[in-house]
Amino acid sequence: MNEPTSTIDVTAPPLASVRPRSTTVVAGMSDRAIAWLFITPTIALLLAINIFPLVWTIRMSFTNFKANLGWMAYKSVGIANYVDILTDSDIWIAMQTTARFVFWSILFEVLLGFGLALLLNRRFRGHSFWTTVILLPMMLSPAVVGNFWTFLFQPQIGLFNYVVSFFSGVDPASFSMIGDVNLAPWTIVLVDTWMWTPYVMLICLAGLRSIPDYIYEAAEVDRASAWRRFWSITFPMVSPFLMLAVLFRAIENFKMFDLVNLLTNGGPGSLTETVSITLKRAAFEKWQTGWSSALAIILFLAVFAAANIYVKVLNKVKQR
Amino acid sequence: MRAITTAHSVVEASPGAKSVAGVLVALYALVAITPLVWIVLTSIKTPSDSIAYPPKIVSPLSLEGYCNLFTIRSRQDSQYIANLPTASGYCEQRARDRNMVIAGSSKTPGRLLNSVIIGFGSTFLAVFLGTLAAYAFSRFKVPLKDDLLFFILSTRFMPPIAVAIPIYLMYRQLGMTDTHVGMILLYTAVNVSLAVWLLKGFIDEIPREYEEAALVDGYTRLQAFVKTVLPQAATGIAATAVFCLIFAWNEYAFAVLLTSGVAQTMPPFIPFIIGEGGQDWPAVAAGTTLFVIPIVAFTILLRRHLLRGITFGAVRK
Repeated sequence: MNEPTSTIDVTAPPLASVRPRSTTVVAGMSDRAIAWLFITPTIALLLAINIFPLVWTIRMSFTNFKANLGWMAYKSVGIANYVDILTDSDIWIAMQTTARFVFWSILFEVLLGFGLALLLNRRFRGHSFWTTVILLPMMLSPAVVGNFWTFLFQPQIGLFNYVVSFFSGVDPASFSMIGDVNLAPWTIVLVDTWMWTPYVMLICLAGLRSIPDYIYEAAEVDRASAWRRFWSITFPMVSPFLMLAVLFRAIENFKMFDLVNLLTNGGPGSLTETVSITLKRAAFEKWQTGWSSALAIILFLAVFAAANIYVKVLNKVKQR
Repeated sequence: MRAITTAHSVVEASPGAKSVAGVLVALYALVAITPLVWIVLTSIKTPSDSIAYPPKIVSPLSLEGYCNLFTIRSRQDSQYIANLPTASGYCEQRARDRNMVIAGSSKTPGRLLNSVIIGFGSTFLAVFLGTLAAYAFSRFKVPLKDDLLFFILSTRFMPPIAVAIPIYLMYRQLGMTDTHVGMILLYTAVNVSLAVWLLKGFIDEIPREYEEAALVDGYTRLQAFVKTVLPQAATGIAATAVFCLIFAWNEYAFAVLLTSGVAQTMPPFIPFIIGEGGQDWPAVAAGTTLFVIPIVAFTILLRRHLLRGITFGAVRK
């Protein structure tokens, strides 16, 4: 009854008869019915919780709606919100703050993560134990991470300030990693690097392990130097994996809210105000719902474009 | 992967290179783990030891932080304290030492319970829906399959703040603000994308021959799914469930924006523990420690599947 094909075709158009051609003749449902029965609930949930709100956001983004004033008293303002956002210098400053945060955190994560992966790939005794230890930070809640780093960064009593003063002789009460205008941006980079270096490391390690031994053996026959082997074998072979890690971290850090909110909440002043913090302030503190909906849509479009590229790289890595 | 034992292999690092690598990695790991160890140590210090300068690495064991985490205390004059019957337990005694009496239970147990309810509820739903959808995507030719799969994954990339604005308004209309059901549905929607992608990877690896044999034996497709696919996907389903649970347990952005009391989970609550007793860092550290213990256990349990989890099932080793 079933052809030994690997896929059961449920897309085939019904012939003249009512029953689809490829329906498995069993009691109960056809394969096509089962496929839809299994997929529909998930799609329905995503439509209700993600897409319906998204459509609603698009509608609100063309109005001057303020959520704290209720449903009356709002009117359509056309594309005024979008014009306002794209010409707002504060938004561009927030974008630059975000871009700097993304750039530096990812640079450090790649250098440290790739470095650690190269070392771990030497498979010394106990390497899997140390891998698990190193992975722990990325499994923690940003709430917990933000909170205990705040404790470590306390001037005078914080462990971080003590360690810095121990090695440099600076008075531990003389600087505040969170309150200082020069240090606060680096504080966020530091904590993000601490938390997410393991992520880059784990993916790079998978890339390194996917390189077949015979390629290195061939290079050895050709007497290629270690430097040469790295740049013409290791790096090119790992780069799709590295790309995967970098893209994902870039998307995540671009929309970063939790760590920044917990560590500095955008301060001091608005020095570390990333776009997500701007959005939170506009939406949940100033209640400019229409305006923040427009900003949310702009953010979403940027993330969606990046996610598209990410899935392409993901499929490329998958084929290997 | 085959083992290479020759002394001058290019693939196997030399003993010297291995030792150097081992030392460097261990050094990084120890530095990276210090903040976590410090929090656990802080949770068993007295409040004054926790803010001592220079920092105390070893100090007399005190569980006062854990007492303060779970209780509300009120200050009384020493006359009143002296007239009370003997303290009944460890926490009561610690409170008496500071001229206080335990006035009741804090909000912590409720917040922990919320985390458990919302975590398990959303995990169960996400894994249930995800298993069904993943099976359909894995075994049947679904129209627009790639587009649907991309759509499902793309929902996970939505910025939480951007989603929170309309969700906040929608839940307000439906009376679901700050409710368990609202948070469970929201976390299910976020997790189901991961569940579908991860489980599709696991189910793809199960040979079709088992089901086909079952079908030939007269089972219906549904019976074949339940009797042959589900048991073989059990490890994958368990790993997926743990990933979903970790996400829901750790989630902060939605929780802080959409819950305030009834359905508030631990993550938005932890920073406020300090507000209940001034500079009570041991209590904060105690809350953090209790909150993190399950995550550490899960990480050890999951370590072989972590790579799949963070790449949506694409990278398997």
